[in-house]
Amino acid sequence: MQDERLASFEDAVLPHVDAAHNLARWLTRNDSDADDVVQEAYLRAFKFFGGFHGTDGRSWLLSIVRNTSYTWMQHNRSPQVSVPLDDELEDIESEDLDPEALLQQSQDTEIVRRALEELAVEYREVLVLRELEEMSYKEIAGIIDLPLGTVMSRLARGRKRLQDALTKHMRRRF
Amino acid sequence: MSCQRAQELIHGYVDGELDPANNLEIERHINECQVCANTYRSQTTLRSSLRDKSLYYPASEKLKKRIQSAVREEAKSERSPRALGWRWVAVGASLAFMVLIGVLMWRILPGVSRPSSDELLAQELVSNHVRSLLLGGSHLTDVLSSDQHTVKPWFDGKVDFAPPVKDFAGQDFRLYGGRLEYLNNRSVATLIYQRRLHYINLYIWPTEQSGSTGEVTFQRQGYNLIHWTSSGMNYWAVSDLNNVELHEFARLVQQQ
Repeated sequence: MQDERLASFEDAVLPHVDAAHNLARWLTRNDSDADDVVQEAYLRAFKFFGGFHGTDGRSWLLSIVRNTSYTWMQHNRSPQVSVPLDDELEDIESEDLDPEALLQQSQDTEIVRRALEELAVEYREVLVLRELEEMSYKEIAGIIDLPLGTVMSRLARGRKRLQDALTKHMRRRF
Repeated sequence: MSCQRAQELIHGYVDGELDPANNLEIERHINECQVCANTYRSQTTLRSSLRDKSLYYPASEKLKKRIQSAVREEAKSERSPRALGWRWVAVGASLAFMVLIGVLMWRILPGVSRPSSDELLAQELVSNHVRSLLLGGSHLTDVLSSDQHTVKPWFDGKVDFAPPVKDFAGQDFRLYGGRLEYLNNRSVATLIYQRRLHYINLYIWPTEQSGSTGEVTFQRQGYNLIHWTSSGMNYWAVSDLNNVELHEFARLVQQQ
């Protein structure tokens, strides 16, 4: 009984350890914190595995990783600067960065990494899930426990902010 | 489509999350509008730069091993009694000790508090009688019939004996039905009789004793019980009927 549970847990959840670590690392922005969060999340997941009846082990695990990361951040460091959560699109008419210049800029991965790290966590997490995990809006909505529309508007604002940050980096350089 | 609307939907378009109608409209708009086309190109550029492999942080082999052994350790500790905690082991041990003392007392001091087997059985029968009347009597019968020729064959194949079944409607003890019970560690045939608003459960099962014994009367929780054996059968009648009328019923059964 117990062995069966362990075996099906190892089948359904263990393969997603890379996704778990990637999310935890982007949320905590620290290597050893990420390792600890992932281990803690796995132990929690094992404990609650009886309540998992779905087929999407990755989404289920990532929602636990996310919760564990937030708890971890609350206990282990000063609160992050949070953004106001009005979900209207802003500054739409502000000029977009010239795609060619952006291309040049974004080829420097270190700048992109820093820009994404500096993004507020609300935007960072949806971008990581969308662009790095390539998850659908629906899967993301399930993980962050918010409606689809909010996922879409957070992605839009997150990308806008990321672009602005890249522009700033570029202006600093030239 | 307005630029405002296009700017809102462009992310859904880039992410492949739009319905076909909106998809078509936005493609048409991008073809016509330079500003929105620029936004679209910026988004695809941004996307490809975010999908750079070096931005992904996979788990190290060390972490993978660490997690696997942590989970297995957890599974093992759940399996072992230690997971209960020493406190519960202590509680369990003291309970076991108390039970042991109780059994010893019972053995050493017979007759002081040890109930007779008949008294224990009487208690079990009263509980069964009460339970049979719960829920508006829906537990009362397995076969509902006042016809003894229906009730008697019903027990065939359900018990390994043939209980005598007779209706005493003429004496105002109407046969109401039959039921199978598991009591005293065996299957027991149960006949239900009705007198006015009172029900009588008559429990019947075979006994090793030959011959007949006289009636023995018990009272439990306001219920009357009469026990006798006759023609190799044990009989127990249980009811809230008064003692006199229940004796009348017992005599009728014995005379059949």
